[in-house]
Amino acid sequence: MDPLLQILRQNALIPRPDLARMLGLSEAETSAQIAAAEADGKILGYQAVLDPEKTGNGSVTAVIEVKITPERGGGFDRLAQRIARFDEVESCYLMSGGYDLLVVVTGESLRQVASFVAERLSTVEGVLSTATHFRLKCYKENGTLLAREEEPNRLVVSP
Amino acid sequence: MADRIAHHVRDLPRSGIRDFFEIVQSMKEVISLGIGEPDFMTPWHIREAAIYSLEKGHTGYTSNLGLPRLRAVISKYVEEHFSVSYQPEREIIVTVGVSEAIDIAIRALVNPGDEVLYHEPCYVSYSPSVVLAHGVPVAIPTKSEDDFALDAEALATRITPRSKVLLLNFPTNPTGATMDRARMEKIAALCVKHDLIVITDEIYSEIRYDGSEHVSIAAMPGMRERTLLLHGVSKAFAMTGFRIGFGCGPQDLVEAMMKVHQYAMLCAPITSQEAAVEALLHGAPAVENMRREYELRRNYIVSSLNDMGLETFLPRGSFYVFPRIESTGMSSRDFAMGLLKAENVAAVPGPAFGAPGEGYLRCSYATALPKIKEAMSRMTRYVERARKGQFAEAV
Repeated sequence: MDPLLQILRQNALIPRPDLARMLGLSEAETSAQIAAAEADGKILGYQAVLDPEKTGNGSVTAVIEVKITPERGGGFDRLAQRIARFDEVESCYLMSGGYDLLVVVTGESLRQVASFVAERLSTVEGVLSTATHFRLKCYKENGTLLAREEEPNRLVVSP
Repeated sequence: MADRIAHHVRDLPRSGIRDFFEIVQSMKEVISLGIGEPDFMTPWHIREAAIYSLEKGHTGYTSNLGLPRLRAVISKYVEEHFSVSYQPEREIIVTVGVSEAIDIAIRALVNPGDEVLYHEPCYVSYSPSVVLAHGVPVAIPTKSEDDFALDAEALATRITPRSKVLLLNFPTNPTGATMDRARMEKIAALCVKHDLIVITDEIYSEIRYDGSEHVSIAAMPGMRERTLLLHGVSKAFAMTGFRIGFGCGPQDLVEAMMKVHQYAMLCAPITSQEAAVEALLHGAPAVENMRREYELRRNYIVSSLNDMGLETFLPRGSFYVFPRIESTGMSSRDFAMGLLKAENVAAVPGPAFGAPGEGYLRCSYATALPKIKEAMSRMTRYVERARKGQFAEAV
């Protein structure tokens, strides 16, 4: 991956002057590269990684295995995009294996997620079946471990 | 008791790092750029392999030379990375870090009075290891004009009939110096001409930047039979505490080293050896991630130091930079002590790595970027005040 994207992926809030120094570029060049990556759609957006336990963010999350009927001409794309447009859907992937779409759904309560699945998702034409799994506990979110590892005790000066 | 200590040990100076360490340790809230080990934790899959080894109850001695499996893996790794091949059965020895390998290699090679050449500034153990073996250390100064690479002419002027061994360390701790192929070929030619044995400590060989190639003297024509190649897992794999190094060289030399090793150390710890197998087999992606991170930090720190007016060349290996602080009008020691007292930033004075280090400071960037950033902003403030002579009396 491009070093610029690699750094932003870890820390999107890194100050531009620091970023420029790390890349050996001027600030103007760095800003231009970021703008280009945004314009190309390489960067889709910037988000904070929240601890769901502490923030109540998406207090109920479910992953749903969805089987759908592919369409002549469009395959799975049209139906997948239709499902992905719901606000409740956080992520939506086409999968290999025993089902077709993996849909991550968040909501305020179990009832809300259940009713989304029962009333909206299952009733979309072409959806054959769903299997819903609720998240119980989060250990790692977007590459960040929730239980922070202690900093190892290094000698303050070593050869 | 003091009068009973062996004279050559008694007369050995304490490491300059040790003195500095004791002062830094007594202070609180210090940002240290003085650490010669990775700040990354050992990659999890390697730690997990060590745990598994304990679970299986592998807690005994191993062969003196090291686990046969580890030696086989080392042989393959060295062939891929250094383009020179060694037989696992007879030409590879696993040691407790490269430090032990240097010690036993010198003990195995040096007769009293034999001269061992090495380039300075350098790692702190080279000269003492020679003295402890009753050899004569002969330092060859390297210069900032050459980006601290070893110049063949400088080496040639120090070769005498008693010269036996040349010790190399590229990429270099503390300067970050590297050697390109043309320079290294000249050194190799001199070694052949003067029948020198080469001990080459290539512990930083994976940590290289700007796509530069690693040139091992062991792979050059006529060198394999006179070279001991030393490497280990400490730096690239962030495994300093595991203490695993290894030496690859001609059978006679490895056999002689093994004699010293078996009586002094017996073998390297088995848990660490099994972790090293995992590292060498599957550690490459983690090494690359860490290398990339070091490269970004290197860019940051070199650019910051140059902006402060401290002339610093862009090193192409290791995780050290060696800024020149002479322009502040202070000695290395005064500068480092002042920086520590005024701004709570620790960096090791250059002379801790030999006399040619005077006028320089070793800054390690094996520290997370936010800390480097804070250290650089404190250092900028310090240098500005130092230039105004504010520390002339205070230190």
